[in-house]
Amino acid sequence: MKIMVNGTAQETAAPTLAALIDEMGLGAAKVATAVNEGFVPASQRAATLLTDGDRIEIVAPRQGG
Amino acid sequence: MPVFYDTEVTSRLMLGTAQYPSPTILAEAFRRSGAGIATVSVRREAGGGRAGQAFWEMIRALGVHVLPNTAGCHSVREAVTTAQMARELFDTNWIKLEVIGHADTLQPDPFGLVEAARILSDDGFDVFPYCTEDLVLCERLVEAGCRVLMPWGAPIGTGLGLNNIYGLRSLRAHFPDLPLVIDAGLGLPSQAAQAMELGYDAVLLNTAVAKAGDPAAMAQGFARALEAGRLAFEADPMPPRDMAAPSTPVFGKALL
Repeated sequence: MKIMVNGTAQETAAPTLAALIDEMGLGAAKVATAVNEGFVPASQRAATLLTDGDRIEIVAPRQGG
Repeated sequence: MPVFYDTEVTSRLMLGTAQYPSPTILAEAFRRSGAGIATVSVRREAGGGRAGQAFWEMIRALGVHVLPNTAGCHSVREAVTTAQMARELFDTNWIKLEVIGHADTLQPDPFGLVEAARILSDDGFDVFPYCTEDLVLCERLVEAGCRVLMPWGAPIGTGLGLNNIYGLRSLRAHFPDLPLVIDAGLGLPSQAAQAMELGYDAVLLNTAVAKAGDPAAMAQGFARALEAGRLAFEADPMPPRDMAAPSTPVFGKALL
């Protein structure tokens, strides 16, 4: 299926958000996630099924003012 | 020292973490100023996730309180989702809530700000709203659950100082017991001292320090100005007057 990850279109076979995170090598990383503009807590990533056209955001700590 | 949501901080300086020439200089700015709170953000992470981890470890090593922001958010939904992601990432209920209303001035959208503040307060967040000095807006924010207010001095990144002294003084008078922080627009330590002299509890700045030729020295300069300004406020300054009045006694002057 085709999804958007951080604004970039990408193909994935990952069935869940947790699987996608693992596929991207972010399984152990300090990241937070949102699907279709809604926050998905880490505890719910494994139960969050991905569907074609989903918009995923994966963020991490950064500098800020 | 100020108390934000039942947490007493050790400094009146809240310092941003962006735009420094290097992580070492950032750390030195915190060390020399004794800033007690660091603002941070959340941004997209690429594969591998090392950038976020490295930054987080550096911030943790500073040993200060962390205040995540919702910088760059223009809608309530964006700000709320960003706050929720920040809470999980940084493991804190504190959130510096920015809902930007105009791209040129980066001024807050007061309507979206109140709505987002209510949603987040109801969800257990401790909201630090980046707001204007408008009294009605500030009253609405307090009604929405905010127990700290952070009016701007001037637009973000301008270094213009306190643009509306009357409004800021008036706000202080209306909320004598609420922690008030000048957030954004400061460029010089004298402006931070002025905020203290008005009775403000703290200042939050980033660009003025990070973009100085010597950021660590400037951070220390701000810390000293805050101390001086606060001492002056607590010392009950003399009222200004229009007419001159001699300080040296007139009586006893020789007739020459």
